[in-house]
Amino acid sequence: MTPELKGLLLVSIIKLLVVFTVTMIGVALLTLMERKVSAWMQYRLGPNRVGFGGLLQPAADGIKNIIKEETFPGMANRVLFMLAPALAFIPALTLGSVIHWAAPLPVNFDFTLPLLGRFVHTGLMPMAVADLPVGILFVLAISSMGVYGIALAGWSSNSKYALLGGLRATAQMISYEVAMGLAVVPVLLLTGNVAFGEIIRAQQVGGFGWFILPLFLAFHNFLVAGFAETNRLPFDMPEAESELIAGYHTEYSAMKFSMFFIAEYTNMVTVSAMVTTLFLGGWDIPFTHWDETPGVLQTIATGGMMFLKVFFWLFFFMWIRWTLPRFRYDQLMALGWKVLMPIGLAYVMLIATAIYLIENVAGISSGLVKMLVLTGINVALGYIVFMVLDRGLLIGGSRERGAASGGLGRRAA
Amino acid sequence: MVEAVFWFFAAVAIVSALLVVTMRNPIASAFWLVCTMLCLAGIFFLLQAQFIGAIQILVYAGAVMVLFLFVIMLLNLGRDDAALKRTPTWFAAVLLAGVLASQLVPALIRYSSERLAFEYTRSAVLADPRMVFDSTLSAAQATLERGVPGDIAKPLFEHYLVPFELTSILLLAAIVGAVVLAKRRI
Repeated sequence: MTPELKGLLLVSIIKLLVVFTVTMIGVALLTLMERKVSAWMQYRLGPNRVGFGGLLQPAADGIKNIIKEETFPGMANRVLFMLAPALAFIPALTLGSVIHWAAPLPVNFDFTLPLLGRFVHTGLMPMAVADLPVGILFVLAISSMGVYGIALAGWSSNSKYALLGGLRATAQMISYEVAMGLAVVPVLLLTGNVAFGEIIRAQQVGGFGWFILPLFLAFHNFLVAGFAETNRLPFDMPEAESELIAGYHTEYSAMKFSMFFIAEYTNMVTVSAMVTTLFLGGWDIPFTHWDETPGVLQTIATGGMMFLKVFFWLFFFMWIRWTLPRFRYDQLMALGWKVLMPIGLAYVMLIATAIYLIENVAGISSGLVKMLVLTGINVALGYIVFMVLDRGLLIGGSRERGAASGGLGRRAA
Repeated sequence: MVEAVFWFFAAVAIVSALLVVTMRNPIASAFWLVCTMLCLAGIFFLLQAQFIGAIQILVYAGAVMVLFLFVIMLLNLGRDDAALKRTPTWFAAVLLAGVLASQLVPALIRYSSERLAFEYTRSAVLADPRMVFDSTLSAAQATLERGVPGDIAKPLFEHYLVPFELTSILLLAAIVGAVVLAKRRI
């Protein structure tokens, strides 16, 4: 091995350990945050006995789950039953490795260790464990692997509730992958690359600003599909405790149940980071160009910025969960296939045409003009989609409700 | 080091491909097929065909196999040994495998990188494969410059535009056909 390769391996291993540890601790704290936020929204206190203000509650839960008895359903397929939590857990944690958490850090070292030899690293180190050139494609690919764990858990438990949950999860995640993929396409049209570094740079210096303005509908579709992909309320059909007890993990106990839980929260972090990276400029600090020159201070500041943005979306996930009721299963599928997919397809066509017209027919190359034109298109489209097309009629059932309440449904939408 | 990774993926791909056909449980077979596809994706990544690798995981290991699994679970296929023990089934299987092998084995024996380069360029004289195919280093450089889809998009939408569009019409016809077959009343 060359000294450069060894240096790369060294920084990669350090980044890997840091990201893994922070993710695991962060996920544990997220479970506490979920309970605290829900308590706050329902005007109660939430966990407050263990540690200062309930801060040690996740540790207590973890210890309980580790020492709890493992149960196996009588007729379950043992091997697949054991494998399922791992299959949900591994893709979820793998995705954490491609997220860019901060601005690239200049790292230069050249030292020799007694047994291991010489380590060399020069230049900028991207603040992601693996700065893959396939970027967003990798995220879409690996997140589609996550469905195996849930489907297998449902099937191998040999329980009808679990099986129904597993089947629902499979259908739901495949359906919303289409909507999610289509929502990513406009971003790729504007950046011309799939690597995260390039997507963030396009939002920093491309003159478009953050993509949330020129691509608002894509952002909306991505967020909705993200909720469905992570099986969070209002789309938590695979669990649906009022219908399926606990859905696909009905038969799981102790740490195996906990692994599904960790996978769900890790997926939440990933989706929040994806929304941030694709539409909110990643680690970009708004209204300043100071963060574009690499440096230690910039890395720390942009890391804090990224944390704030991701934290907001995590809070948003919980906010929605404790605000909206659960969809019916057919409503969920209708929303995915009949609403999000046609809107996504039409939107890709429209944005591609608009970019072509602006660049090749009008001959404008200024990013600011492009951004303003696209934002104008989005305001018009947003009005059509959310006001004219929807009117609270989009989800079946509200038509009757709207008529019964004499136009109240219209205002509520 | 790259070779070691290649041999790892190759060995796992072959072993799991064998397990696909020898496993009795259809669900287990499906999972070994996923494993094979992941290993193939790994080999694509080693060849710097990163777009193909990602699409291999996304489409085959992700979407197609999930649908396979969905169907197996819904039908709850059990152990269907009886059909395998009948002689005609065996005979048909061996015949089909024999025909495929008679095509595949000579092609594998005759394979050489010079021949591949010759067929790729269609020139009168044998070309040096190093001149035709990018080396790993220059392919990596091209990826850096044009992005991962750039390598694929340029030939697909310029040189092979008509075959590409024809393929999409074929797929459209298949989709329409599937909808018509699945829904009796439209």
